[in-house]
Amino acid sequence: MYDFAYQKPASVADAVKLLADPEAKPLAGGMTLIPVLKQRLNKPNSVVDLAKLGLTGITVSGGTVTIGAMTTHAAVAASAEVKRAIPALAALAGVIGDPAVRYRGTIGGSLANNDPTADYPAAALALGATIKTNKRSIDADSYFQGMFATALEPGEIITAVEFPIPQKAGYEKFRNPASRYAMVGVFVANGPKGVRVTVTGAGQNGVFRHAGFEQALAKSWSAASLDGVKTPADGMNSDIHGSAEYRAHLVGVIARRALAAAG
Amino acid sequence: MAPPFEGIGAAVRRKEDQRFISGRGTYTDDINRPGQLYAFIRRSDRPHAKFPAVDTGAAMELPGVVAIYTAADLANIGGLPCGWQIHNKDGSPMAEPKHPVLAEGVVRHVGDPIAVVIAETRQQAKDAAEKLDIAFTDLPSVATVSDAVKPGAPLVHDSVPGNVCYDWHIGDKAAVDAAFAGAAHRVRLDLTNNRLIPNAMEPRAAIGDYDRATGDYTLYTTSQNPHVIRLLMGAFVLSLPEHKLRVVAPDVGGGFGSKIYHYAEEAIVTWAAGKLARPVKWTAERNESFMSDAHGRDHVSTAELALDKDGKFLALRVHTLANMGAYLSTFSTAVPTYLYATLLAGVYTTPVIYAEVKAMFTNTVPVDAYRGAGRPEATFLLERLVEVAARDTGMDRVELRRRNLIPRNAFPYQTPVALQYDSGDYQATLDTALKHADWAGFEARRQAAAAKGKLRGIGLSTYLEACGIAPSAVVGSLGARAALYEVANVRVHPTGSVSVFTGTHSHGQGHETTFAQLVSDQLGVPLASVDVVHGDTAKIPFGMGTYGSRSLAVGGSAMVKAMDKIIAKGKKIAAHLMEADVHDIEFKDGKFTVAGTDKSKTIGEIALTAYVPHNYPIEELEPGLEETAFYDPKNFTFPGGCHVCEVEIDRDTGVVRVVNFTAVDDVGRVINPMIVEGQVQGGVAQGIGQALLENAAYDADGNLLSGSFMDYTMPRADDLPNFHVATENTMCTHNPLGVKGCGEVGAIGSPPAVINAVVDALRDYGVRQIDMPATAAKIWAIINAGPHHRKPAE
Repeated sequence: MYDFAYQKPASVADAVKLLADPEAKPLAGGMTLIPVLKQRLNKPNSVVDLAKLGLTGITVSGGTVTIGAMTTHAAVAASAEVKRAIPALAALAGVIGDPAVRYRGTIGGSLANNDPTADYPAAALALGATIKTNKRSIDADSYFQGMFATALEPGEIITAVEFPIPQKAGYEKFRNPASRYAMVGVFVANGPKGVRVTVTGAGQNGVFRHAGFEQALAKSWSAASLDGVKTPADGMNSDIHGSAEYRAHLVGVIARRALAAAG
Repeated sequence: MAPPFEGIGAAVRRKEDQRFISGRGTYTDDINRPGQLYAFIRRSDRPHAKFPAVDTGAAMELPGVVAIYTAADLANIGGLPCGWQIHNKDGSPMAEPKHPVLAEGVVRHVGDPIAVVIAETRQQAKDAAEKLDIAFTDLPSVATVSDAVKPGAPLVHDSVPGNVCYDWHIGDKAAVDAAFAGAAHRVRLDLTNNRLIPNAMEPRAAIGDYDRATGDYTLYTTSQNPHVIRLLMGAFVLSLPEHKLRVVAPDVGGGFGSKIYHYAEEAIVTWAAGKLARPVKWTAERNESFMSDAHGRDHVSTAELALDKDGKFLALRVHTLANMGAYLSTFSTAVPTYLYATLLAGVYTTPVIYAEVKAMFTNTVPVDAYRGAGRPEATFLLERLVEVAARDTGMDRVELRRRNLIPRNAFPYQTPVALQYDSGDYQATLDTALKHADWAGFEARRQAAAAKGKLRGIGLSTYLEACGIAPSAVVGSLGARAALYEVANVRVHPTGSVSVFTGTHSHGQGHETTFAQLVSDQLGVPLASVDVVHGDTAKIPFGMGTYGSRSLAVGGSAMVKAMDKIIAKGKKIAAHLMEADVHDIEFKDGKFTVAGTDKSKTIGEIALTAYVPHNYPIEELEPGLEETAFYDPKNFTFPGGCHVCEVEIDRDTGVVRVVNFTAVDDVGRVINPMIVEGQVQGGVAQGIGQALLENAAYDADGNLLSGSFMDYTMPRADDLPNFHVATENTMCTHNPLGVKGCGEVGAIGSPPAVINAVVDALRDYGVRQIDMPATAAKIWAIINAGPHHRKPAE
């Protein structure tokens, strides 16, 4: 790790000011940033810790679950309200990383980083979440812009994420045997934005919607309706853990399991 | 109330675990010396490249930097030695290119050390190391043995034509060829043994210290054998005599072979400490472990078995290419020869065997012994070949094995590949394993799994291995440049407690308990009164260390020998005290008794008399009660057994789950059954890791693709079933305890059992061979392409 200044502002406004420095990095749970710093893959002048901005908490009102950006995965997984409103979301949070990661990692950090193998992007895109920042509200459809790329502007901080409550939703993932990140994760939802099927981990460009599965499930919400619907291998990752064809195949398998979980 | 039984055979809890699990162990990196500096090694990120002299000027100006050394500074230092010289088929010695401590103008693998920066802090050393500008010119490179052996392949060392370190053979080629010519069945199998990265929990570390007053050097290091390091580094690299060099291997967090070898960093910190007259510490980062700890396995082989019409094995022919990596690590050359080809008889009566082994240089990390070292490679080859033979000839795989097992009354048994087995009962371990695994009931379980859409398979291996290496004269005649005896010193203190000094080293094996039990049992003193001391050349007379499951068989035998001397001396003292003839003194349960009387003295009383010799036969006996013994083994020991694995495969994903695993091993006499079970479980976990998960992946040029835990699949608890572990022991006939060794059996017997089970599960898919690791992706590809494959889910 290189030396850097550590700052822990007490308000979003102060954090934004500190992040005006292009060499400053925001720190949420640190589950990606800290390993990156330890491996000297990044050299910020300062690290701005967002822990004291008051961005934690979960509220359910009307048809929406709102989760503060600094809420940990463990808190989401354990939340009775989330379990009641969107059980698939609580279940997803409960299988991110390992317990140590879940007690430190946050929903805002995960979405801001948009790791192509992260779990939350699949949920946000499938459920049609709204990403609330200090400046605006961003629709999930325009938020995710390829791997590690989002609509966030420099100095823009996620403050909360709003999830419309779906009628049905399910998430399942197939873990990379080594890293245990999602090699293929599929979130299926039937909610206010219609039927959506999103895939994380598999694609070269991060989370994406599976148009073929969405159309099939919109017609009939059943595993049988996925039969014969192709998942092209083009654009899938291929590495020592599996070919693009294998991943494309797994998308179908895991989508069926997610569907079964959704009920 | 009688004290709890703590002697030989008692499942005593490990004495050392309290310290380890409460964070009170002292590992090398926990040690800090006054005025200590920190070393950081700049390594190659190229598989093969040349570079001009490194300009260190700018980096030397950076804050905290004390020194930067490259090969140019080490002109008077020797290369890292190889401890075993193999000879080619024509009798000429193997190619042994220099293994420099720091690269001399050419780097030959990713991770090859180029320069060391020494600074006041670790961060400063690292900062400066990054600033070194090294003007690499890439050279053509080669990573696999199959590529390295091709005509015109890039040369790893200009001085080694064809990249061949040696071309060695063993056995009777003409007899094997003749047997094949007349055989009813011939079975051939091409197979690889996948390359592994050891990944001990504790990364390697080393601290060099230099005493300006005395000129003495001390090296603290993560080693399995501190005396061997003292010998190799002192005599061959730094020219330091033993009396000026102390090597301490304190608590060590796992070795699995990778901490046997003398590594460049040990020499660098020791030499630099003398140069700078300050202690110098180096601790590997995990990514350095991946690219600088010696890797394991990496064979490509062709195996052929000739059988008569009844399934009797007539002959075995093996051709193996073994990857040495870029340089010869300490014992690398012995692994694919005397620890591999000599094991190819296995548990079978195969009358003639011929094996030829070409050891190849490649642009990869050096390969050396890793848990099992050669025997897992031999066992995997043999047990896969026997499985395929059963399949190809249509014979039952258990019956085929039974027909060829060495019978229990055939010992001592001379194999056609040098070894003479002293004892074993392979029928017994096979029978017990089949019973415990409910082999007979498998078909019902297969059908039950099929009803759930799962493919279930069962597989076994009947195997044998060689431990407790070995008579010094024998290994010397085969090219070993070291002896392989072991040393023990037993010191009975004046009040009867005992310190035992052993040349073996415990880095997870539980020696502090097992050896204490042995001494407690033999001398009749409470377990709590015995301390086992290891890991310091200043305390231990000498030793060869711990590897090859030798510690109890060789080190324990040395202890017995030393204790015999203690008891013999004690009898003389007791005879004097009780005014009896020494021949009438009996020793049992810690008491010296005059035979046929109730007169006795405890060992504590004898010890006190020995140290306070007021009433003592001082003319004929020296005071004190302390004895040293060297024990040179008479033969290898030969543990063996049968492993049975049962797997279930998810057709949709190809994921293999080990659902049952039974290991029935013959490890000779058991001192502590709980520790034996733990050792077997750990070995099986590593064997399952090799079979299903682990793979050191290089691209064709030698770039390491699995250079971190993000891509190298270490087995985790949830990858493993509850193991069923049992023993069915016969006694070793040539060491005083009858012990054989248990540290490696798990890693040796298990991989073929797992793969045989996987192939069995895929019996409907026409698959004959699956290379390790049998990953989900690989299995899915077979299912997807197989003749009976279900329509893909998509």
